[in-house]
Amino acid sequence: MSKIYIDNKEHEIKDGQNLLQACLSLGFNLPYFCWHPAMHSVGACRQCAVKIFKNEQDTKGRLAMACMTPASDGTRLSIDDPEAKAFRSNVIEWLMTNHPHDCPVCDEGGECHLQDMTVMTGHVARRFRFNKRTYNNQYLGPLINHEMNRCIQCYRCVRFYRDYAGGRDLNVFACHNHVYFGRHADGILENEFSGNLAEVCPTGVFTDKTLRRHYTRKWDLQTAPSICVHCSVGCNTIPGERYKELRRIRNRYNGEVNRYFLCDRGRFGYEFVNSDKRIREPIINGNPSTKQEALKHISSILSSGSKIIGIGSPRASLEANFLLRTLTGPENFYIGSSDADYLMTSEIIRILRNSPAPSPSLRQIELSDAVLILGEDVTNTAPMMALALRQAARQRPMEVAKRLRIPEWDDTAIRTATQGINSPFYVAAPYSTKLDDIAAALYHAPPDDIARLGFAVTHMLDSSVPMPEGLSDEARSLASGIAKDLVSANNPLIVSGTGCGSIAVIQAAANIAWALCKKGKVASLSYAVPECNSIGLGLMGVKGLTDAFRDSEENTSALIIILENDLYQRTDAHTADNFLNSFKHTIVIDHLLTRTASKAQTILPAAAFAESGGTLVNNEGRAQRFYQVFVPDGMIQESWRWLKEIINIKGLPYASSWENIDDVISAISESLPVFKRIKDIAPAEDFRISGMKIARQPHRYSGRTAISANKTIFEPKPPHDPDSPFTFSMEGFQGQPPSPLIPRSWAPGWNSPQAVNKFQSEIGGPLKGGNPGKRLIEPQQGNQVSYFSSVPSAFVPRIDEWLVVPVYHIFGSEELSVLSPGIAELSPKPYLGLNLENEKLNIKEGDEILLTINFTEYRLSVRHIAGLPKGIAALPALHGINKTTLPNWGRVLKLKN
Amino acid sequence: MSERPLTQNMRPDGEALTIKEYERTGGYQALRKALKMPPKEIQEIVKNSNLRGRGGAGFNTGMKWSFVPMGNDAPRPKYLIANADEMEPGTFKDKMLIELNPHQLIEGMIISALAIEADIAYIFLRWEYRLAAARAQKAITEAYENNYLGKNILGSGFSLEMHLHISAGRYICGEETALLNALEGRRAIPRAKPPYPQICGLWGKPTVVNNAETFSNVPHIILRGADWYKGLSRSTDGGTKIYGMSGRVKKPGLWELPMGTSIREILEGNAGGMQEGYELCYLIPGGASTEFLTAEHLDVKMDFDSVPKVGSRMGTGTLVVIDDKTCPIGVLHNLEKFFARESCGWCTPCREGLPWVTSILEAIENGQGQAGDIEMLATHGESLWLGRTFCALAPGAMEPLRSGLKLFKSEFEQHIIEKRCPWR
Repeated sequence: MSKIYIDNKEHEIKDGQNLLQACLSLGFNLPYFCWHPAMHSVGACRQCAVKIFKNEQDTKGRLAMACMTPASDGTRLSIDDPEAKAFRSNVIEWLMTNHPHDCPVCDEGGECHLQDMTVMTGHVARRFRFNKRTYNNQYLGPLINHEMNRCIQCYRCVRFYRDYAGGRDLNVFACHNHVYFGRHADGILENEFSGNLAEVCPTGVFTDKTLRRHYTRKWDLQTAPSICVHCSVGCNTIPGERYKELRRIRNRYNGEVNRYFLCDRGRFGYEFVNSDKRIREPIINGNPSTKQEALKHISSILSSGSKIIGIGSPRASLEANFLLRTLTGPENFYIGSSDADYLMTSEIIRILRNSPAPSPSLRQIELSDAVLILGEDVTNTAPMMALALRQAARQRPMEVAKRLRIPEWDDTAIRTATQGINSPFYVAAPYSTKLDDIAAALYHAPPDDIARLGFAVTHMLDSSVPMPEGLSDEARSLASGIAKDLVSANNPLIVSGTGCGSIAVIQAAANIAWALCKKGKVASLSYAVPECNSIGLGLMGVKGLTDAFRDSEENTSALIIILENDLYQRTDAHTADNFLNSFKHTIVIDHLLTRTASKAQTILPAAAFAESGGTLVNNEGRAQRFYQVFVPDGMIQESWRWLKEIINIKGLPYASSWENIDDVISAISESLPVFKRIKDIAPAEDFRISGMKIARQPHRYSGRTAISANKTIFEPKPPHDPDSPFTFSMEGFQGQPPSPLIPRSWAPGWNSPQAVNKFQSEIGGPLKGGNPGKRLIEPQQGNQVSYFSSVPSAFVPRIDEWLVVPVYHIFGSEELSVLSPGIAELSPKPYLGLNLENEKLNIKEGDEILLTINFTEYRLSVRHIAGLPKGIAALPALHGINKTTLPNWGRVLKLKN
Repeated sequence: MSERPLTQNMRPDGEALTIKEYERTGGYQALRKALKMPPKEIQEIVKNSNLRGRGGAGFNTGMKWSFVPMGNDAPRPKYLIANADEMEPGTFKDKMLIELNPHQLIEGMIISALAIEADIAYIFLRWEYRLAAARAQKAITEAYENNYLGKNILGSGFSLEMHLHISAGRYICGEETALLNALEGRRAIPRAKPPYPQICGLWGKPTVVNNAETFSNVPHIILRGADWYKGLSRSTDGGTKIYGMSGRVKKPGLWELPMGTSIREILEGNAGGMQEGYELCYLIPGGASTEFLTAEHLDVKMDFDSVPKVGSRMGTGTLVVIDDKTCPIGVLHNLEKFFARESCGWCTPCREGLPWVTSILEAIENGQGQAGDIEMLATHGESLWLGRTFCALAPGAMEPLRSGLKLFKSEFEQHIIEKRCPWR
């Protein structure tokens, strides 16, 4: 701790900060543009000028940029100094010489950092009488809008896009007062994190193009804290709604998870909620009906006393899955993942629960200083983990900067000193991934060989584990290099997952982490899993879909309830058809009319994530709560509520007292010890601040009395929320609630996302009161490990067959987000991936081929996939490709052009 | 006539000294001597000679080198760079030095590299200096052929690679740290200090950047000693200085004179006085980014300590003389337009402030000045000052403006009141 003096008052601050961080951490309002808490200082905008004094006697002082000045012990500064204030106002005046006065038609208006800072500095009257410079705007794809005239040249966009996210196709061009930020030519932004430009940009240059199509001001959005449902990472989000339509997703800061950023799938995948594929009323035997009719219908089915089979869902909440499990009994509850996903996820859970190596949070991943990725295309399966890994790649060289006594926040100097050198970083995957550019070495191999490399690395670390037989010299020396780098790191990290469909790969990753632990290293082990609640569901059930298919033969008279699940995404159409046809009664509870739903006799309209609350467990094992944002139209209600009502009909005595979601959460934590902590994630429904619930609508929410004036001139009573301490109204608490209940970033004078500064206990640190979420799986103490020992045999290419491995796409491989138009536009068409450089084939890109895997035929066009080893082909996980278990052997036949 | 170590051996016909000619006049003897000296001794001699940075800042050269980490633990490779990106308006001394005696620069660089144990050297040359480029390249080749460069120089065990790098042609590249970014292939924007280039410079390694004229002095200091060098000067700064003069004088040009020669001597003795019909109005002592001096300052000594005493800087020591027939507002507009154009666009005050200043000056010069314009210019003179901008470009641009506002207040007012330029 150090002491600094701000306007002659003493303050205690944490060491190692710059003055801007220190002032903001202490709650002072000091304007800034180019500084960003995740990207640190470069000193470009000159907005954060303060007066620095040498000592108590110094009355003259000198202006200095707070962001570029270390907050060392005894520093004396003034924020209120007239000269400093005048200069800060000058800076805004300069920026305004060219900034258009188009706030009323600018999408950033009302949450614009430039507006906030302009008001903060007090610059009001225009004195510049000359012409403004103008630019051309570019088409940057379906997600991001570009309006360059508004640019204030803070350089944040390129610093985020290039330096932080590793993008190449956005840059800064030209010079003096004609600096231009854009692409070399119009075109779709290539980076998977481009959406963050909308939040990183302090004004309206880069804005959310999907929001633009149904634009609403921030102050008119009803919001609540939520969790992203588009992969297993569990990023914290703020969805915003108006007129029963979900308008956008914004980042919600969680210091341990996604911090300041989101991936483009998470940010722009929300539009499925507004999709015309939504089920909005119960459907019985193809006919729309009412809630009462539906429940009556179900009641009559239940009265026959037949057995109930439940298929849970990795994309549904713990609460919904638990109620289904309660209704069916654990013996009739099946995990609704594909068989392979179920087996792999179960194995991952088993590993994590017995592992001495912890499963790291995204923040901990960022701080790792040596990384081995074993078999996972992280950018496409768990995108935000890839962004965190990119930061991990910068950790080791930070030692160089430390030796030169460069403070962590001095971004330019750090980058100069480290010169783009990376931490030891290795990627083993079946094909080229987007993290290859930061890797010291790559290993492109089929899954079994990737696992063998992992076993070899383990052997290098602990010779009690045997070396895989017949390993190539190349793989052997690579394994030895990897082992050396991992063991010399402070925080080595092994990343794997379900991506290449191999349990052996998952086990090999665990072996390496365990061997490192045994050597006394603080190694962590992170697995990407398929869906947002794969881990939660895996912790709850013990039977998979294959069990369900097998058991169905004896359950033909049973009633099956399928929760938020499309079985055609889980297994091949033939198996799904047979399974579904084997039941007399099928009830599907879902929010989308999937192929499975369309086969059901009864469909109950379920709430999508923004219309419901619940708990999800991410890949780290962190249980996180999401809240209902708005009350949907029609007869939509939460899956868990439908199930509760079915339970009521069935009459389970112990469940009859469960009134709201808190009761369900309590029941889960009491009946399943692993979930014990979920009731501590967030305050219960009866939580009040000064006797008030928390308002979902901002205090500036407009049109309250007019919004339903077309139906009634009386202002309807806001809907009651029995499940959370939030109101569906602007009435309620508007200040800072406990961290799990922060509905939006806003603070007086801070309308932009930068308001998050005011919610943190220190800049870039945890939220006040701690970061939300509870870890359910903690590492096992002690170095006792029992290694996996079944090493797969080496891959042998076949002459007339290809080993087909899965390939993932951030846009396209996730079933909900592809229903959003922007994501759909970026999603590739089905194809077969071949390495056309590697294979001497009479096939070129675009050729039509017929792929046959186990009698299933796929007519596809060929696409070049870089890095695929000889004898390996890649089939994308995409909507519209018949599901099959991969890797698997397939035959390829070229069709006539 | 006093000694002129930098220029006295140059050929009168404007051709460059070949390596043989250079050697005949004692060239590379200093290198032979230096190769037998420990690096710290070279640093010490140069420090004691009080050779001060000829790029304009006037920092003691030996002192600058002393911050470079030395010995076996020092990060490698270390770099040495000659800043010959001479783009300061009115300055053309490095051009002459390189065109006429490139080996002098190269020898100076090799000795300096020895002093800091550098491994790689660059000559960072202004894009427009085509002739200098050709001659420097030829000289580098000759130096390699004679083993003054390359591996194991003259059997000493010391090795140095030298490259000629032609700048892409922007004024900001002459800024030490922007030069490093440019050389790394990045945008030529300055870097914040600390860390200083001596610690973390080119590609993050220890680096020394000196002006081409500074390096050209080094062989003579090594050969003849610090005391001799100091004795060349008429002031406390060591050595001679290449002074220049341009404008409506009878004989504009460059002259090597003892450091501390007065402006009057340069103007009247070397440049032959003003052209007929023109009177000295004011002058810019050391490139465009220095404050104006007037006829009353003619007896000021041109050295790094004397000129600041009258409120300006010696800068590059190449004077621009402005006569009474030239509108001072027009001159300021011309200068500020240059600086506004050459701003790298990194920091707000420079990027947005300089165009504003330029626009106001243009309006005033065109008879469209308004009340408040002078105050707005003065505000910029304050708010684009040192410590407020990222680098010294904008403060440099403000130096002529600030002095212009002081000296020509009535001329500014006349432009605005009469809504025209009285010189037109």
